[in-house]
Amino acid sequence: MTGNASRYLRAQDVSVSLGGRDILSHVSLAFAPGQVTAIVGPNGAGKSTLLTSLVGLRAPGHGQVVLEGSAILAMSARERARRIAYLPQTPEIAWGLDVRTFVRLGRTAHTGVFGESAADAFAVDAALASTGLSGFAARDIRTLSGGERARAHIARALAGEPDWLVADEPLTGLDLGHQLDAADLLKGAAARGMGVVVSVHDLGFAVRAADRIVVMMEGQILSDGAPAEALTAEVLAKAYAVDAHWVAGQSGPLLDVIARRGLS
Amino acid sequence: MKRASGIRLELGLMALLAALSALSICAGRVWIPLTHLGGENDPRWLIITALRIPRTLLGILVGAALGLSGASLQGYTRNPLADPGVLGVSAMAALGAVLTLYLNLALGSPWILTAFAMGGAAVGVTLLILIAGPAGDAVSFLLAGVILSSIASAGVALALGLAPNPWASSEITTWLMGSLADRSIVEVQTAAPFILLGGALLLTTGPALDALTLGETGARALGVSLRRTQTSIAVGVGLACGAAVAVTGVIGFVGLIVPHAVRQFVGERPSRLLIPSALAGADLLLAADILVRATPHANEVHVSVAMAALGAPFFLGLLIAMRRKLA
Repeated sequence: MTGNASRYLRAQDVSVSLGGRDILSHVSLAFAPGQVTAIVGPNGAGKSTLLTSLVGLRAPGHGQVVLEGSAILAMSARERARRIAYLPQTPEIAWGLDVRTFVRLGRTAHTGVFGESAADAFAVDAALASTGLSGFAARDIRTLSGGERARAHIARALAGEPDWLVADEPLTGLDLGHQLDAADLLKGAAARGMGVVVSVHDLGFAVRAADRIVVMMEGQILSDGAPAEALTAEVLAKAYAVDAHWVAGQSGPLLDVIARRGLS
Repeated sequence: MKRASGIRLELGLMALLAALSALSICAGRVWIPLTHLGGENDPRWLIITALRIPRTLLGILVGAALGLSGASLQGYTRNPLADPGVLGVSAMAALGAVLTLYLNLALGSPWILTAFAMGGAAVGVTLLILIAGPAGDAVSFLLAGVILSSIASAGVALALGLAPNPWASSEITTWLMGSLADRSIVEVQTAAPFILLGGALLLTTGPALDALTLGETGARALGVSLRRTQTSIAVGVGLACGAAVAVTGVIGFVGLIVPHAVRQFVGERPSRLLIPSALAGADLLLAADILVRATPHANEVHVSVAMAALGAPFFLGLLIAMRRKLA
């Protein structure tokens, strides 16, 4: 990890329990700006709960989240929203907005009582351009394909010009090509200095797109580090109950899944 | 593009409102063409100043209150079937008003009755949100509304039935079937400040309603305070709808029909619907009121009955369209 440690987004000893069940127990993590961190782990590992805690939408029962030196729950909602963009897992879109208006929602915390400013318009145009959606600005968001819609969600996050982007499975449901596109957008944002934290299901993809991988299991950190170190065969066996190992591929390591453990 | 068409629509609705207002002053049991009025001594002036002008102003105010309330409720609930009448909010306002009659609190002051009606409406919105939950889907909101309507209507009938009031049944009709007939400038003065205040509060919710397009979590992530939005909606609809019901009784369907019509012109963005919905609500109620004055019968039809005759088929059409979309 590089950079000034005071600019980190930190979870400090965070525990969350819901309905008497521990979803997260004593999780401590520090995220660096300019990096893509992928959170992986089996279903129910606590990934989504960790992400909503990180962006200040959930108050942990114990511990706290600290954004660049200040406790996230002590910040005003607008201030927090200006600095962290969050993309939920299954985003609802209730009304048929045009794509530009939809992306403009990412500016909500910037916009004053006088409506859209020149800075708002500029940021929205830049976000549309960087996601290749300029030509779609007038289209109804609900008529876009899954891949286009995923880009529109990322554009919405970018339009807010946040320092941090936290996304819950932004690649799920996309075909291979669109996964690559979306991952490139996230990597591009990190290259410009944004801290990016995403939960990902596809491990091959996590290895390819992320600078760092955090493996979670049963509300705890199982392993954490550079992709090749974090996802060892032992970790995979423990987290997913599969026998798998990495083999060398042309573009990088490929996951060779041999069998489900405990089943034959 | 949408923005320009929004302003054009607003200008058009205002022009229509001016035309309807003029017609509303002329039309009634006695047709009074404004061009043929005599001097100050013409007795028909009295009809205009004492009856027609207050009735017209009241139609505009109440129509705008209902249209704006409907648009805000639809935006907040992300449910195109929301309407203060359909969801029982207006009936709760009527219950509040009737309670003052039952408790003999209203004697001498229209303010107490109005305050109770507004309280009833605000309680109604709050109960809706609590019963259906802020993330409630279309079905749970409608069911919550059915429950609320039934309880409130039964409450009105019960309170009036138990009250030492020989005219109970006609009073029930007055409250549950709204009308603009025979109102005076006093009703306008009573309702106007609260409708304007509530309306102003509802207009401030625009950006939050837009953000709610992304659902509760999405809106919170954008820095929107759900609690503040909920309070603004409950108080705003409470003031606007409550004051409207206090002076006219329950008039349904205005808030249901109007936002749908406006969406055809300005798109679905919730904040863009608010002002045009207020204007179109005023247009619709005024037009309906002019029509009921033309009923060829000794007693004119209540305007709420006319709205229901128009609104119920519209409601059915909406449901069928939604079912097609889901299928």
